[in-house]
Formats: sequence, C-alpha cells, structure tokens
Amino acid sequence: MATLDKKLDRRSFLKVSALAGGGMVLSFSWLAGCKPITEEELLAMPKEWFELNSYIKIGENGAVTLFSPNPEFGSNVKTSMPMILAEELDTDWKKVIVEQADFYPERFDRQFTGGSQGIRQGWKPLRTAGATARAMLVAAAAKTWNVSPTEITTSAGVLEHKGSGKKAHYGEMASLAATMELPEQVTLKETKDFKIVGSSKKNVDAQKIVTGKPLFSIDHKVEGMKYAAIVHPPAFGMKLKSFDKSSIAGMSGIVDVFPIRLFKEDYERNFFDTTTFPEILAIVGNSTWEVMQAKKNLAVEWENASESSFEVGGFGGRPNTKVTVLSGLENTNRHKEQMKEFITKPGNVVRRDGDPEGMFKKAAKIIEKTYSAPFLAHNTMEPMNCFADVKGDKAVIYGPTQAPEMIMGTLVQALGIPKENIQINLARMGGGFGRRAYSHHMTEAALISQKIQAPVKMVYTREDDMTAGVYRPTYSATYRAALDENNNLLALHVKAGGIPESPIHANRFPAGALDNYLAESWDIPSNITIGAFRAPRSNFIAGAEQSFLDELAEVMDKDPIEFRLELLKRAEINPVGENNDYDAKRYAGVLELVREKSNWNTPATGVHRGVSAYFCHNSYVAEVVDTKIVDSKPVVEKVYAAVDCGIVVNPDAATNMGEGAIVDGIGNAFFGELAFENGVPTKTNFDKYRMIRQKETPKSIEIHFVDSKEDPTGLGEPFFPPVFAALANSLYKATGKRYYEQPFAPQLEMQNLKM
Amino acid sequence: MATFNLTINGTSQQVDVDPSTPMLWVLRDHLDLVGTKFGCGIAQCGACTIHMNGNAVRSCQLPVSAAEGASITTIEGLSEQGDHPVQKAWMEHDVPQCGYCQAGQIMTAAALLQQNPNPSDEDIENAMNGNICRCGTYTRIKAAVKTASQNL
Repeated sequence: MATLDKKLDRRSFLKVSALAGGGMVLSFSWLAGCKPITEEELLAMPKEWFELNSYIKIGENGAVTLFSPNPEFGSNVKTSMPMILAEELDTDWKKVIVEQADFYPERFDRQFTGGSQGIRQGWKPLRTAGATARAMLVAAAAKTWNVSPTEITTSAGVLEHKGSGKKAHYGEMASLAATMELPEQVTLKETKDFKIVGSSKKNVDAQKIVTGKPLFSIDHKVEGMKYAAIVHPPAFGMKLKSFDKSSIAGMSGIVDVFPIRLFKEDYERNFFDTTTFPEILAIVGNSTWEVMQAKKNLAVEWENASESSFEVGGFGGRPNTKVTVLSGLENTNRHKEQMKEFITKPGNVVRRDGDPEGMFKKAAKIIEKTYSAPFLAHNTMEPMNCFADVKGDKAVIYGPTQAPEMIMGTLVQALGIPKENIQINLARMGGGFGRRAYSHHMTEAALISQKIQAPVKMVYTREDDMTAGVYRPTYSATYRAALDENNNLLALHVKAGGIPESPIHANRFPAGALDNYLAESWDIPSNITIGAFRAPRSNFIAGAEQSFLDELAEVMDKDPIEFRLELLKRAEINPVGENNDYDAKRYAGVLELVREKSNWNTPATGVHRGVSAYFCHNSYVAEVVDTKIVDSKPVVEKVYAAVDCGIVVNPDAATNMGEGAIVDGIGNAFFGELAFENGVPTKTNFDKYRMIRQKETPKSIEIHFVDSKEDPTGLGEPFFPPVFAALANSLYKATGKRYYEQPFAPQLEMQNLKM
Repeated sequence: MATFNLTINGTSQQVDVDPSTPMLWVLRDHLDLVGTKFGCGIAQCGACTIHMNGNAVRSCQLPVSAAEGASITTIEGLSEQGDHPVQKAWMEHDVPQCGYCQAGQIMTAAALLQQNPNPSDEDIENAMNGNICRCGTYTRIKAAVKTASQNL
C-alpha cells in the first residue's frame, strides 16, 4: 500500500466543510504533493500554488460532483482528471457529475492547460483528495455504526460493514463526514485495484457537443449585449496612424469605433502577454455581421513602427528578459537567406562531449544535411473571441484561455480594477494547441466593454485570427556525421536555430549515446511574434534529427530501428556526459513495441515504411508510417504508434488524442506553411492555408500503449513531433527522394505526384 | 433592413435583418441557435453546415433572402432527443476532442446518409472533405459515419 508522505500532507491544505442543505465539500490544492520531489523544491514553490483550488461535493442524495479546474481545449482533461478523483473516492462513475470550475483567484490559482502537464501534475493531488474524502466517509460510518473504520469497506459509492451487515450510500454519511477531522495520512489504492482509471470513459460533454449546446464563449449572449470586431495592422512592423470614423458613419447597426491599448506605459508584461499588436481598433455594433461589414469599409492609415523594447517577466520564476521588437517589414525569402548564413557561422555551444572537432578532422566520410520548416499558424477552429461585461469597478470575463492565472494581472492593469472584482469564467475552447496561452483577446474584449460600459462579445474573423501572429517559429537545423572508412560513426554535430528562437534541447537524445557530440544553437531576432505550438521546438527538431538518423542508418547499412536501439543501448549502459534528459530504456521500449506491432520486417506489398521516435513532455513515442503511391498520389495507408506515458487513465480518450496528433503532424508536414511579404502574411484563410482533410488522413491508425505502472505523463503533445520524420522516411522509400524542407507537398508536386 | 419569414427546425420564425446577412449570423445572433459554428466565413471549413431542403449547405454563404420559403434544419433540430443515428454514432465512437467543428461534421454526414444510406469509404471521404477538424478526429468521423449508416 502506498502511504502518503506526511510532509506533503501538511502542505496539502485539504479543507472540509458542510454543504448548505446537507452533504460535504472537500476542497483541496491542485498542486500539493505532485510536482515537488525534494523538500527544497517544495519550499521554493509559490505559496499561492497550495491554495484550495478544486472540489469534491457529495450531496445527501448521493450525487457526487467533481470540479475540473483545468480549462478544456480538447485533450479531455474534463473527463480524465475527475476519473482519477472518482477512482480513489471509490464511487460509481455513472453517478458522477463533472463541472468546469471557473477561475477564482482565491481558490483556483495555477489553472493552466498546456505542456501536456494536466494528468501528470494532477495525478497525486487528485488521488490524495479522493482518498481523503473516502476516508472521512468511512470515519463517519464507523462513528455512526460504532465499529472500527478498518472494518468498513467501500465500493461504487457504498459503505459496508460486513460484520453487522450495515450499508450506507455516501450521501447518507456526507453531512457527518463534513464534521470529521481531516485524516493525517491516507492510503492510496494499489494500481491493480483500479476500477475506473484504465477503463475507457466517454467524454462527459459528448451529448452537449453533438446536439449543438452552447459550450463555447463564442456562443455566449446576454441581454443588451453588443458585438465587436477588431481591426489590426495589416503587417508585422506596422502600427495605427489614424482612422476615419466618418467612413463607416451611417452604416447599419454600428455604434462606435475607437482604438484600444492593451498595456499601460509602466506595466511589466508577464510571459504570456505576447501580442503582435498592442494597439488595435474596435468596431462596436448590434450584430456580428454588421460589425464585420463595417470592418471592410473602415478607412485606416497605418505607418511603420519604430523599434521598441520592453521587459517580460520570466516563466516559472525564471529571470526577466528584455524583448526587442525590430522595426521593418520582413520577408520569407530574406529569412531563408539569413538562416543559410548561420550554417557556416559558429553558434553557441550548448553541449560538447569528447572531441567532436577532432573526429571530423580525421573522418573518412562526412555527411551533412540541413532541414528547415516555416512559420505555422495555430488555426484553432474557434477563432479568438471573448465576452466581457465591465461596468464601473466590476468585470466579468468569459473566454477561451489556457492560462487564466496569467491573464488576471494583465486585466488588472489594463482595466484599473482590482483582482477581487474581476471574475474570469472559463469556456470550453474550440482548440488551443498553445495559441490560447496568450489571452490578449480577453484584454481586448474587456477594454471594449469598459469603454462602452456594456456587455460585449468580440469575435475575430478567420483573417484576423490567421494574421494576428503568435506563430510557431521558422527553424533550420544542420546535422553532420563523421564516419571512419568502415562507416563507423565517430561523431555527430548539430547546429540549429530559428527566427526568433532555437529549437535545440541540449541534453536530449542522441546526446548521451555518442562519445563525440557537439550541439550549437543560434537565433535571429524578428518582429513576427511567436508562441507555444503543440510540442514547442520538439515539433521541428524531432523531424530533423530522426530524418538524419534514418539517412545515417542507410549509409551505415543498418536497419533504422536497430541503429537507434544500438545508440540507446549505449546511453542506457554507459551514458556519455551528464544531465541526459531521457530514460534510454523506456525510449528503446517504444521502438521495440512499434517494431513488433507493425511487423516491421514484413511490410505489406507495395507499402513503403518509415520510422521515427521521440521523447518530449515526459512521454516516449515511436511511430511507423506506411505510404503507398496510388495513381501518382502519395497515400498514408497506416500509422502505428507505440507510447510509454506510464499508467493510461482513459485509454480510448488517449487513443483519440494520439490519432489526432498524428493526423495533425501529417497535415503540417505535407501542407503547413505561413510566409511573409513585406511583413504581410501571404495566407489569410483556409482557401490558401491548406489544412489536412478527410482525404489525406491515414486510412488507419493503431495506437499501442506500453503496459506500465509508472505514474502517468502527458499525451497532448508527444505523439506530434515524431510523425514528421516517420512520414519523410516513408516517402523517401516511396519516391527515392529525401525531404529536407517542410512542407513536403510542393516538393512532391515537383516530382509529378498529386497532392 | 427587411423582414424575412423562415422555417427553421419545423418552426416559423421572423427576423428583421439586412437582406445580405448570411443565415449563419441570423441563426447565431438573432435566433440564438448557436450550435451552427463560425469557422472561416468563406465556405472552406464546413463548421457552419446546415440543411436546406435536406441538402447540406454552408450557412456562411447563404443570404437570409435566399433561405425564405425553404426548410432549414440546424444541429439543434436534427433530432428531438439528440438521438439521430449520426449523433449516436458520434457518441459511440467518442469522436469529439475540442468539439467545435463537430456540429458541421454531423450535419454533413447526416445529409450524406440521407442521400446515400450505404456510402463507400470513398463516398464518405468525398462528402466529408469539406469539413476541417483541426483536432484531427477524421478517422473516428469516418468510422462513425459507417456505424450510423448501419443504424439508419
């Protein structure tokens, strides 16, 4: 039996209270007892992270309500996280009601969905909370029946004392349980006794989704609400000069047009205050269509912005950084030239093992390949939008955000309203993918509402959304391998960078597997704003690294899986260097599993296969992609994925997540691209920005989980990075050509293939 | 502004809007039927799909003036109890991730099955190709359409 550490218990801040009208509420801290491993780490954590931020509510009627504090953007945390609670509470899942908690700063600090951390960080506190509530119900029953709590068992929400035959539903004991002392320690279930965790549960919102119920903030409406559209500068490097109000005067349903500024002069921005355009125009009117029409007619003059700089607070306690926004209008062609210049220039050495330079000098053969990928737009299906009702010194904000905690400070400064008077209600998000960690749209709606002193719903057009920045950066990576005369690998060198950030993870594989290894990093500043995009940095570097290893294996005349396993074996038994950021055995485990499940050595006739594996966000994934050329068209026939994410909480939902990330990766590898001409994005809507659709989707996807008793880790991101190389390596087999530059579709078309 | 008489989900509705207003915004802003979603505004993503006389149409490109006299069905009116075979199949396959595009997907699928109760894989791919799902739930969408076709 796993027993909780008392130190963690003391800091858990569990709190029990009686429910008005009967029943109990157990409040608990979301983070306590999970992330910190050492006492030092525990003490270093901000105090407010331990505030009570989630609930189990048990009514006298036995209804169990579990509040899911993390915003839902499609990763299914609203179902999976309460499953963990319900498991330890030992209740009947069918009787559980899950509610989305709103953002209350006094209770819900640290509500963040991103970095594939929801399940990983929620695991222990959720289990502890569930077990605590169960223990208190048991204590209440023991007192009522005058028996020892150790003689009481629970199952599916029912307490039982076998000796006397007494039974009670949780609801019957809930009011008394609310008066019991919080237990000093609780015992958690053994994993073999799990009944809910590990069995597939349907999405708790499925019925509402398929019947079109209002779940998103874009669906919200209140009496007297106005509608707003925004107009932002047409190019990066431009700002508002002037606008002519009379150009839309007299248009049907238009109330007002005015500029809004997101940040006051002396405001120090936080890490998620990224926005491309801190000053925009707002058009307010009586309906969405009317403000969108006015948007087309509004006469605005723009001018070139001069260089500016500001301080940004560090994320997670890191030091502040100074951000400089360059002046000028940038071009993709120039970006490509700039990135090429770095191939021959020295970068910043971020890792060196052995004597890589020496090995390259004495190498019999050197292989060098450069990989690149463009900027990408997130393109969440629900465009940026937000509802706000700001009157006097009170504000209610309802919008899609992955990081309510981070936007609160921004709202406080922008509105001049104290935190306690701002209520942030969390909407289900129509996709996030990192984009909604940057919640400037909430500040914009709030400022518009404050100006008109009425409730307002602001909605971006698709064009606004696609051209408003916060993109996945453009990257480039050059890999070099030194081989001796017998094609033995002597050294590996990677030099990678991007605009405006580098994709390098210094201590990830293959670092640790090679005696001689060199990693260099560079970056080029830009005024095009970027932000987190599903598996930031990994989403590029995995494709480059795993494509290069494939090419290397071929030169070395080795099976691509066998070659990777050899490297991982070395990293496992005799790792090179320190701080290697992966578990080589688990890494090898997913490659072995995918080899077995895909029958790697005996592919179906006419099928070309490629493999790739990557570790990020605490989970390991290996993938095999099978392609076929059918009527001059590359078709992804099948994808096999093997993943090690520890215990799988909700297998079918996890499988869905994996399938989606694989489709997303194939789509971006084939088509994803945003380019710039004089600062203007060259694509503004889905007619030009090609997204993967039903026809390009793999005919079948198989997801296999490594059977594991390890604590669960995240899944939203790890399936995504390996697909790029698995596809490229498969296409190489199909066409005889390597694909170094994303997206692949234009190159395939140049080979007379239909895309 | 002009008055339009519409038949939506079997009910007569009157709206007073500009004749150029697309049905998407009539439904969402004026009739509070927000299940029909705004995605692109140029008929490229399918999130706004509704039925007009049984055919799947993109409501962002359908002016209210062209909808008068037609029978319009939205996701809210696809079934009374949310139990249309397509809706049931969507739940059985646990299709949605974020859920935003799914009403449009379901409306496209329902119209397909109305016209072709036994679609082949290729028929499904062709019919569903106009609907983008950014979460990438396409394999489940396809499987759900097949299940629905068996339970019509």
